Amino acid sequence: MKSLSTITSTAVPVHIENVDTDQIIPARFLKATSRDGFGKNLFRDWRFENDDENQQKKDFILNNPLFSGKILVAGKNFGCGSSREHAAWAIKDYGFDVVVSSFFADIFRNNSLNNFLLPVQVSEDFLQQLFSAIEKDPATTLEVDLPAQTISLPSVGLTTTFDINPYKKTCLLNGYDDIDYLLSIRKEIEQHEKNMA
Amino acid sequence: MGKTLFDKIWETHVVQQIEDGPSVFYIDRHFIHEVTSPQAFKGLEQRGIPVFRPDQVVATADHNVPTLNQHLPIKEELSRLQVATLIENCKNHNIELYGLGHPYQGIVHVIGPELGITQPGMTIVCGDSHTSTHGAFGSIAFGIGTSEVEMVLATQCLMQSKPKLMRINVEGELQPGVGAKDIILYIIAQISASGATGYFVEYAGSAIRSLSMEARMTICNMSIEMGARGGMIAPDETTFTYMKGRKFMPQGEAFNEKVSEWSKLYSDQDATFDMEINIAASAIGPMITYGTNPGMGITVTGHIPTLEQIESSDRPSFNKSLQYMGFHPGASIRGQKVDYVFIGSCTNSRIEDLRQVAAFVKGKKKADDVEVWIVPGSKQVEQQAIAEGIDKVFEAAGFQLRQPGCSACLGMNEDKIPAGKYCISTSNRNFEGRQGPNARTLLASPLTAALAAITGKVDDVREYI
Ligand code: SF4
Repeated sequence: MKSLSTITSTAVPVHIENVDTDQIIPARFLKATSRDGFGKNLFRDWRFENDDENQQKKDFILNNPLFSGKILVAGKNFGCGSSREHAAWAIKDYGFDVVVSSFFADIFRNNSLNNFLLPVQVSEDFLQQLFSAIEKDPATTLEVDLPAQTISLPSVGLTTTFDINPYKKTCLLNGYDDIDYLLSIRKEIEQHEKNMA
Repeated sequence: MGKTLFDKIWETHVVQQIEDGPSVFYIDRHFIHEVTSPQAFKGLEQRGIPVFRPDQVVATADHNVPTLNQHLPIKEELSRLQVATLIENCKNHNIELYGLGHPYQGIVHVIGPELGITQPGMTIVCGDSHTSTHGAFGSIAFGIGTSEVEMVLATQCLMQSKPKLMRINVEGELQPGVGAKDIILYIIAQISASGATGYFVEYAGSAIRSLSMEARMTICNMSIEMGARGGMIAPDETTFTYMKGRKFMPQGEAFNEKVSEWSKLYSDQDATFDMEINIAASAIGPMITYGTNPGMGITVTGHIPTLEQIESSDRPSFNKSLQYMGFHPGASIRGQKVDYVFIGSCTNSRIEDLRQVAAFVKGKKKADDVEVWIVPGSKQVEQQAIAEGIDKVFEAAGFQLRQPGCSACLGMNEDKIPAGKYCISTSNRNFEGRQGPNARTLLASPLTAALAAITGKVDDVREYI
C-alpha cells in the first residue's frame, strides 16, 4: 500500500449532503471477494440510468468531463450509513486520494484512513468557498499538505488547517498499517488475556 | 467521580494506550458474515498468519442468502461464491459457522443474543454497522470495516479512540400502539441523522427500563442512524431473565455468579456525560419516514415539512429527497398508498415482532394490491413462529412467510422492491436505492407496517387497537 504526503490536484465537487455509503457503492456490488475493481461502480446509481453504463446521467458531476482530479469535495455528513469498507475502496480505486467535507461519519473516516484515503474535515464556510471556486473554474487546483496539515486554494490565497490523529498521520506518511503494529505487541495482548481470565 | 457504564467496560479492555494516539482495544466476541469478511481472510493469507482466537469468532450467512428454497444451491453466481468462500474460510480457520441449513442460521444481530453469545460487559464487533444492537445487553458493541475485521481476526484487538458519551433519557409512559421502533425513529428525527456522530449513546429512563429485551435491541440497533458509534442499555432483571438458560450462557451457579458481576454494570449516580437529552415518552406517536435518511421522520398524522421549515442550506438535499420519494413539501402522509410491506431485518424480525403482527392481523386479509413479505430474523424465530401457529395466521392473511436473512433490508439477494414502488418497511434505512434501484422506502414499526398491509395505505394504528 502506498503512502500519502502532499497532494496537489484539481477536484471533483459532489455538492450533496448526507451522502451515504449505499450511494457510494450500492449493496448489489458487494458480492466480490477481493478489494479490487470497485471504482467502476462508484456512485453507480447516480452515474447511470437503468443500471446501464451506456446511459450516463448527464447532470451528475462524475460524468462531466470538465471535472477530474484526485480530490473529492463533498457536502456534510459524508459516508454515513453502512460500515462497508467497499465505499472507501471504490473512492480510492476510482482515483481519489483525498475526500474533503465539513463532516464525516465515524466508520467511514476509519475505513478511509485504513486505505490511505485521506479524509480532510474543514469548516462549513471553507467548504462552501471550495465549492464555489471549483464550480466557477474546474481547473482550480487544491493543495493538501499532510505533513503541515493544511489544505489550500492557491489561486485565491485561501488556506486552513485540518486535524488528524498523530498516530494515523505517521501511518499514512510512512505506509504503516495497524495490523503490523498489533502483531508486534502480541505478548502484551496475551498478557491482557491472562489478567482478564 | 462516578463512572459511566461505557467507562466501566472500556477500562477493562484497553491493552495499551498509544501516546497521542488511539488505544489498543481488546475484543471479546467477533461476528462475521459473508459480505465483509472475504477480503479480511485474504489479508491474513497474504501475511501468512492464522486467526488468533478462532473460539471467539462466530460466523453466519445472512446478507446475501435467498429467502425462498434455501435448501437449493444459490442461483446467483456471485452470491453463491461469497457464501462458499465463507464456508471455506471458516473451515480452514476452525471458526464456528451457522450457515444455510443450520438450525442457528440467521441475521447476525438476531442470532448472537438469541444464542446467548452476546453478554453484558463484553466488547463485541462485526463488519456491519448494526452491531450496535448487542449494546442492549450492556456491552460495548459496534460496527467495523473490513480492514478492522482483519485486525481482529489477526490479533483480537482494534485501534480505538475513546468516543464522547451521550445519554438519552426517555421518561414516562408510551401511548398504546407506540413501541420501541417509534421511540428510536422519534429520537433520530429530533437530533438528525448525524446528531450523535462521534458519540456512544446510553439509553436510560423509565420508558426504556419498561421495554422487553427485544424492544431494547430495536432501539440500540438504530443508534448508528443518528451517527453514533453504538448504543447501550444497562443490564437489569429483564436482561438476566432473557439470558438465563440460553445455549451459550453460563448455566446454574455459574450464571448466578455472573449476574452479580453484571449487576455492577450501570452508570454511577454522579457519572457525567458529554451530552444529555431528555425525551417525554408520551409525546411520541406512531412514526413514519418520508425522505431518504432515517432522520426524516414524522408522526403518521403529521405533515412533511414545508420549505420554510427547512434551513436554506439544507433545502437542496431536502428537495432531492422529496423528488426521489415522489412527495411534496407540506403534504400529509396519512393515506399514502403502499405497494409492498416488508417486515424483517435486524431491527424488527424477532419473535415478539412476529407475534405482535400476527395478533393484529389475525382474522384480517391483506389489501389486494399489496405484496407482503415477512422475513424472520433467524431459523429459530421461524421455527418458533411455526410452533405457535403464526405461519397459519400469515397465510390466511395473504402474507408470505419467507426464510431467514437480511432480504429486502438491503436488496442484495433477489428480494428487491421495484423502481418507483412504495414499500413500508420495518428495517432501518430508507436511503436511495437501499431496497432496490429507485425503490421508495417508508420506515415504520411492525404494527404500522401490519396496518398498511391490511388497508393498503399509511394509517394511524392508534385508531385500530
Ligand atoms: S438486516 Fe439489514 S441492517 Fe441488519 S445486518 Fe442485515 S443488511 Fe444490515
